[in-house]
Amino acid sequence: MNNRTDSLSTMEKVRKGIAKRRSAERRFRFYGLTGIVLGLVFVLILFISIIGKGYGAFQQTQIALDIEFLESVIDPNQTRDSKVISRADYNSLIRKSLTKVFPEVKGRRQIRDLNRMISSGAMFQLRDRVLEDPSVIGRSERVWLLASDDYDMLMKGHIERSVPESERRLKDHQVAWVDKLLEQGLIKKRFNTFFFTAGDSRAPEMAGIRGALMGSMYTLFVTLVLSFPIGAATAVYLEEFAPTNKWTDLIEVNINNLAAVPSIVFGLLGLAMFINFFGLPRSAPLVGGLVLTLMTLPTIIIAGRAALKSVPPSIREAALGMGASKLQTVFHHVLPLALPGMLTGTIIGMAQALGETAPLLMIGMVAFIVDIPKGIFDSATVLPVQIYLWADSPERAFVERTSAAIMVLLAFLISMNAVAVFLRKRFERRW
Amino acid sequence: MNKNLLAFTAFALLIMHLPVSARNVRDNIVIVGSSTVYPFTTVVAENFGRMTRFKAPIVEATGSGGGLKLFCAGVGVRHPDIANSSRRIKSSEFEDCQKNGVKNIVEVKLGYDGITLARSNKGKAFELTLKQLFLALAKEIPDPSGSEKTVPNPYTHWRQIDPSLPDSSIEVMGPPPTSGTRDAFVELAMEGGCQAFPFIKALKDNNENTYKTICHSIREDGAYVEAGENDNLIVQKLDTNPNALGIFGFSFLDQNTDKLFGLKIDGVEPDFDEIASGAYPISRAMYIYVKKAHVEMIPGLKEFLEEFTSDKAWGDEGYLTDKGLIPMPADERKRFADDVRNLKELEM
Repeated sequence: MNNRTDSLSTMEKVRKGIAKRRSAERRFRFYGLTGIVLGLVFVLILFISIIGKGYGAFQQTQIALDIEFLESVIDPNQTRDSKVISRADYNSLIRKSLTKVFPEVKGRRQIRDLNRMISSGAMFQLRDRVLEDPSVIGRSERVWLLASDDYDMLMKGHIERSVPESERRLKDHQVAWVDKLLEQGLIKKRFNTFFFTAGDSRAPEMAGIRGALMGSMYTLFVTLVLSFPIGAATAVYLEEFAPTNKWTDLIEVNINNLAAVPSIVFGLLGLAMFINFFGLPRSAPLVGGLVLTLMTLPTIIIAGRAALKSVPPSIREAALGMGASKLQTVFHHVLPLALPGMLTGTIIGMAQALGETAPLLMIGMVAFIVDIPKGIFDSATVLPVQIYLWADSPERAFVERTSAAIMVLLAFLISMNAVAVFLRKRFERRW
Repeated sequence: MNKNLLAFTAFALLIMHLPVSARNVRDNIVIVGSSTVYPFTTVVAENFGRMTRFKAPIVEATGSGGGLKLFCAGVGVRHPDIANSSRRIKSSEFEDCQKNGVKNIVEVKLGYDGITLARSNKGKAFELTLKQLFLALAKEIPDPSGSEKTVPNPYTHWRQIDPSLPDSSIEVMGPPPTSGTRDAFVELAMEGGCQAFPFIKALKDNNENTYKTICHSIREDGAYVEAGENDNLIVQKLDTNPNALGIFGFSFLDQNTDKLFGLKIDGVEPDFDEIASGAYPISRAMYIYVKKAHVEMIPGLKEFLEEFTSDKAWGDEGYLTDKGLIPMPADERKRFADDVRNLKELEM
């Protein structure tokens, strides 16, 4: 009897508690959901602000002019020599056709303003046109030329017409020129191929991402080629072959510590070792790749060891039991199973390396470089550095380019991750 | 699986053998130094690269001090050819150069840059004198009661300094101590204002250290906000906070006239003509330093200097003025252009 009342009271206790426990669970689920929703909202805000600011950079204002490719200006002696052609004064051709469109513009200052409407890079557009097809000399052709950045900003609405003239970078007469061109359909926003084909420039309308993109590719290539084999070999040796003693313990502790070292320290090391001691060229992707290799190695090793550890011991034992040697066991059975995990670690390391600027500051990769690098010894910069340099430029038109560069960096990152996911799916084995 | 691994290794080996251009000699100019001079050097570098058969020079923004340190590290292709500086080379740096074998240096003055104090268009206009600026920003100021002592800066609102100023709190965003702009601001604006007090001015001769601590220390109680090296960030912050003032180079004001206006200092407007004439009190000269030993060694260096000192670049209507450079008067330009042509060595 006594027992029964006891068990009853226990049941009652349990029943009483149920509502409380359920609400605790509901609360916990709610917290979790809030966390996820908050995270998503922040990502969304980030993407909206970047895309909202940056999509404009994929379009560029261009002005159509009927250019007369005068032989007397381009190649007076009819040599058709590329050296002569590339040194010709194309600006005078542009000036000539501008005065044809705006015959009413008079006065030195006004004419100077008018000529500034066309980008300083337009002469190179004409030069390239002639070099590509010399038969155009002597003919007249309609060419779409880059407008300079202020006019581009006006067309995109970043310079507002409602602002009083004294505070506007483009004065009323300049805005009137744009209106006249608009009426005739001679000015419009077109797809900005320059952004993807050109290197850095101080004129926003001519600045492109290609130099930094190639720099990032070369740097990451060096990093990958060095860090993956070294990292994988280290992980395999430490996990599968090394004896357990205080030396391997020491190495393990040090690798873990190395993963937490701030990246700028690797930059200083790179400056002292690779540039000052070995005499490798400054600003080169080779040095950048070496420094980033040092930085990503610990990540790859730690992830690699974790992947090897997760392979069940039964696989090793079975292989050894069938008479395989230690080496065969590792390479035929353990490593293929651990490879997806190792690849994940490598990709995380590479993604870190892609976004890194601090170590590159020390080795001269934070620099203004116009030429597009053609190899790992050429001077280059990388995507995050390009973003930083543009964000720091005074011209208004660089604001949208900064966001566009961030979009390119994100696209690079996402495609890199996609490759990793694909590789992982292909190599994945279940046991 | 084995095949996959093999293929991967083969691929890795293959791409490692991609042709690489070995380089024992350098064929491009390397420029390091001040981030203030950077916008101008880069424009010249880009134009030079596009117009001539030479490669475009590489320009690194390392700050004036960092740049001169790299510049003075030695002679040879591994060391930079030109250093940008937003101040003159210091004698200690010059000695460092000499010690490392960088014996012959050519100094080129480029022109001027104004340091402006700007405020959002949404706020009301007011003007400042250097003295008021000093009283607003110094860490220690002369006792307002008139005795010859210094007290920690008590001012929190502009109105407290002078009844003509607005009744808003003192909030100034400017560069951190690592910046050359900050050095120049302290030297020209703060020290200029500081000298309005006779007893501090007298200190200069008998106790220079105290003089420097009083004149060069910017307050650290939150009224002066170190906004980092990114001037665009300051512009954005000014736009959202009409009460605050920002300190940055003239080129940033020039590009943002629709959002900001520059405060008159000592009654002078921060515009192109006033800075060029020297009437605007906070302006500084910018320099580049060139290694004479490299002129023969690096292809294009001589031509690059010619481009830099040509009137189409640094002249009154040159393309550098579009980027905010305040050119030197014609005779001074001619003198420096001659120095460059003759590679006249700097003596200190």
